[in-house]
Amino acid sequence: MTFAIEGWFAIDGDDVRLLGTRCTTCGTVCFPPRRGFCPNPACEGTELVEHRLPRRGRVWSYTNACYPPPAPYVAAEPYEPVTLAAVALDEVGIVVLGQVSGLTVDELAVGMELELTSGPLADGPLVWMWGRPS
Amino acid sequence: MSAQASVVVLGAGMHPWGKWGRPFLEYGLAAARAALRDADLSWPDVQYVVGADTIRNGYPGFVAGAAYAQALGWSGARVASCYAACASGAQAVDIARTRILAGLCDVALVVGADSTPKGFFRPVGGDRPDDPDWQRFRLLGATNPAYFALYARRRMSLHGTTPADFAAVKVKNALAGSLNPMARYREPVTAERVLSSPMVADPLRLMDICATSDGAAAVVLASESYARRRGVTRPVRLAAVSTVTPTFPHTTLDLPNFATDSSAAVPPPELPFRASIAHAAYEEAGLGPRDLSLAEVYDLSTALELDWMEDIGLCPPGEAEKLLRAGETALGGRVPVNPSGGLASFGEAIPAQAIAQLCELTTQLRGRAGPRQVPRARTGLAVNQGLFGHGSAVITTV
Repeated sequence: MTFAIEGWFAIDGDDVRLLGTRCTTCGTVCFPPRRGFCPNPACEGTELVEHRLPRRGRVWSYTNACYPPPAPYVAAEPYEPVTLAAVALDEVGIVVLGQVSGLTVDELAVGMELELTSGPLADGPLVWMWGRPS
Repeated sequence: MSAQASVVVLGAGMHPWGKWGRPFLEYGLAAARAALRDADLSWPDVQYVVGADTIRNGYPGFVAGAAYAQALGWSGARVASCYAACASGAQAVDIARTRILAGLCDVALVVGADSTPKGFFRPVGGDRPDDPDWQRFRLLGATNPAYFALYARRRMSLHGTTPADFAAVKVKNALAGSLNPMARYREPVTAERVLSSPMVADPLRLMDICATSDGAAAVVLASESYARRRGVTRPVRLAAVSTVTPTFPHTTLDLPNFATDSSAAVPPPELPFRASIAHAAYEEAGLGPRDLSLAEVYDLSTALELDWMEDIGLCPPGEAEKLLRAGETALGGRVPVNPSGGLASFGEAIPAQAIAQLCELTTQLRGRAGPRQVPRARTGLAVNQGLFGHGSAVITTV
């Protein structure tokens, strides 16, 4: 398995998780994972530990790309519109953007529950994707 | 702020917006010369020149202030260049006005110009796998319109906004733009045309999304005492320039980010980012939304104009459509929004855009906007937002 980016998500069998970080001082959670210092301006924490984000969330909003996005995106040929969803993970208070696997915009709705999965980019490497809950 | 201490717009000038692919300096020089003519000054009179940078035009674009100074002819003027994404022009204005307010100079020239490639904006500067602006294209194919579309869909879900509402924004702005000789698109459009244009990023269609354009704008700023010595009796004053950054946690998914800040440990601020940009300007000017004669807002998409109307306090959240449908934001309405025609009619020329907004406020407050003149315009607000936590609000008064 080749990941399109290292250290942002993990695949353990069917379980796909986003790898965020949590500040051990104030509890602020970040995605993408962050090192060095906490983004909370009132916190001087420097110890940010890995924090696996909840796998399910609700759609904050969604869209698609009807035309092939420009490089460095590698578009499939023939091109199929890429669907994107921004999903709210309430337990950690974060909205995370991702491609959507197996659903078009006509099948999505704001508030709908989605679950993290993964899928290949057109040139092979895997990214995290939002999909229908299993 | 006392009259003595205020900064005024002595001259405003633009190069028309379009798509010609010529060097950005050519456009910038035309705008600079137009602003100087409008101010009745010559280039050697300028003590300080600030260039808003363009990042798609090589080294001269990154040192735009010096590039304009050299092109106008080295005159010994002091110089600055700055980049703040879509707010670059306002930041350049802020740098110049601050130097004037500090008493370090009396008169400054601010210039922004761009020459843009065809199609979607791509990440700048080659393969940089650790740059979020590169990563969002590589990993997600998330273009700028994708983010605009997320906001639009969210609005539809929260407030029941319809594609017809979005189209009505375009129709309104195209009509205003048809009256503006500086606009790139000068043809009125029908809602049917907007609604039948190709879908780009659902729910936004081609005619909901602003184009990328070539163009240039410039202003000459001066201390009020300098203006008075030049015989200017009723100048347009800069009452406020806000360039605030977001407050943690920034809970709106912004370009080019993959995620919002977390609101789990710290509650979200009272005002979301866009509203905070305008709020800071109102506070500085000692004015509020009810004082506005007109507003120029950053309609990167038709849907965003509706969001902005609420962010600048023209109405509570969810009521922008009501104002739009009642014609209150059209020319002839209670508070025209984008009387210039907005980005819908111009397309975006990034470093020039916020300066162009100020040019429109100036023209309107001087009563020289011709067929798109807002009657008795006394106070104008211009706002925008760009990548990486940039945004600006400028308030002008007469």
